[in-house]
Amino acid sequence: MKKSRQPEVLPGTVGEGLKQRGVTRREFLKFCSALTVMLALPPAMASVMAEAISKARRQSVIWLSFQECTGCTESITRSHSPTLENLIFDLISLDYHHTLQAASGEAAEQARMQAMKDNEGNYLLIVDGSIPMGNPGYSCIAGISNHDMLVETAKGAAAIVAVGTCAAYGGIPKADPNPTGAVSVADIVKDKPIINVPGCPPIPVVMTGVLAHFLTFGGIPELDSLGRPKSFFGDTIHDRCYRRPFYDQGKFAETFDDEAARNGWCLFKLGCKGPVTYNACATTKWNDGTSFPIQSGHGCIGCSEPNFWDAGPLYQALSMPVSATGSLLGAAAIAGAAAGVAITWHNRSTKAAAKAAHEKVTVQELTREEK
Amino acid sequence: MNHLDLLTFARGSALNWALIIFAAGVVLRLFEILGLGRKADLAKPRLNSPGSGWRTIFTRTLPPEGMLKRDPVTYIGGYVFHFGLFIAMFFFAPHIEFFRSMTGLSWAGLPNALVDASVVAAIVALGVLLAHRLNNRVKRMLSGFGDYLAWAVTLLPLLTGYLAYHHLFVEYTLMLALHLFSVELLLVLLPFTKLFHTFSVFISRWYNGDIFGRKGVAS
Repeated sequence: MKKSRQPEVLPGTVGEGLKQRGVTRREFLKFCSALTVMLALPPAMASVMAEAISKARRQSVIWLSFQECTGCTESITRSHSPTLENLIFDLISLDYHHTLQAASGEAAEQARMQAMKDNEGNYLLIVDGSIPMGNPGYSCIAGISNHDMLVETAKGAAAIVAVGTCAAYGGIPKADPNPTGAVSVADIVKDKPIINVPGCPPIPVVMTGVLAHFLTFGGIPELDSLGRPKSFFGDTIHDRCYRRPFYDQGKFAETFDDEAARNGWCLFKLGCKGPVTYNACATTKWNDGTSFPIQSGHGCIGCSEPNFWDAGPLYQALSMPVSATGSLLGAAAIAGAAAGVAITWHNRSTKAAAKAAHEKVTVQELTREEK
Repeated sequence: MNHLDLLTFARGSALNWALIIFAAGVVLRLFEILGLGRKADLAKPRLNSPGSGWRTIFTRTLPPEGMLKRDPVTYIGGYVFHFGLFIAMFFFAPHIEFFRSMTGLSWAGLPNALVDASVVAAIVALGVLLAHRLNNRVKRMLSGFGDYLAWAVTLLPLLTGYLAYHHLFVEYTLMLALHLFSVELLLVLLPFTKLFHTFSVFISRWYNGDIFGRKGVAS
């Protein structure tokens, strides 16, 4: 997709903006068709989506970053160009984003307040990073705690997108022992629709898909029980993995550099968490559809699942115990043996006591009793 | 608690406690049984009986003459169930990884399709055996709560494993956690129910074979 130099003032609708950037209708329809497929919508919806997005005013977006590593922003901004992923910036009016905005200090906060005021009830709030519930000083912006900023900004939002596992479920900051008391967006905001787009980082095209869905239908896509769009998080990595046939055949890599690994055999034994991880990595892939972690030879670490960091060792097969060892079994067996000796001693004592207490009865005594 | 947390708990603390109870329970029961002892047999052996106990371990695995025709459901159902369970337990690659982590030993697994077929066969066999138990007057009379409990806790791991593998009824991670919980229930109950025959069967077969050999009726 060709892009012309970005005009200083973008026009109101997405369609006008795209035209100004030299994006043809054909190219835009192709983009919408691809999104339609990814969102698991009927093919006919592509033209509906194109129509709706073209006419839509550029969606006002406020992006808040809390306890995070900026990986989520990096993921989206560093995606190859031109791709569906960076079209996200054509679809929205990014009114506030610490990392990307030029303004700083009071001017930056003013931009947020202005966007909130101008688009009351209509703006989309994107959050990356978890929120510390311990000392507010663990993470604050312009002297405002993350908690207060989230609550304040969420009030006038039409919907919230929690980008990345930290915002969606607490992520790595929440990992045991969770020193900052990190929580997710959904733990704090209860009265707004929240779309979780987890991943560490999340897949950029999922973000674009969610926004396109929002602009087309004016609502949020169908979500699973963990608040993730079903169209992207409906299947496990394992079920969509190109190495899956090897799992079914019982062919596994034993080390990261053995012949089996080079032949593309399954990485289950090396700790791949693909069987319990719901995400679209295996289908959408990364870096302009080049690859994804398993294709690069490393098992999935399950980064789009809640509390994945505390879900057992990363390099042990999913069927291995988290902490049990042979020594534990041995110790239990020794304890069992000790108890067994005690019981045997008790049983034998009972037997011996019964034998000692046994009184012999003579025939005469039995005869007397009968009389 | 989400499904992954539940699975982590099932793989973690729950499994640890189940394994502790299982290992301690099995050793305790073995001590208890073997510690009872037997009175010394002062009679002169009828035959030259050495090896009778060991032979019996194998001969009792086969049906006595005529019994297969008389009660095919019990024998064939028993074989199918036990072989199916054995294959599922010891030749499914993820299970082998579990044993490797606990013992350091590993061996080649079978393709999933074969393991899957074994599980289906074992589940069907368990169903047929239960129906037979309920329909056969003698078997029904001999059966008590312990028998039905043993049947149920043996079926559950097979069933939940099958449902998890095929992504049926509930989400995979949750079903995998339920599969582990069912295995843990089996581990906890095994030493204290009739399921303990897993460990005592060969001991009792050896003893029976040996003592009968001494009495002149070696099998």
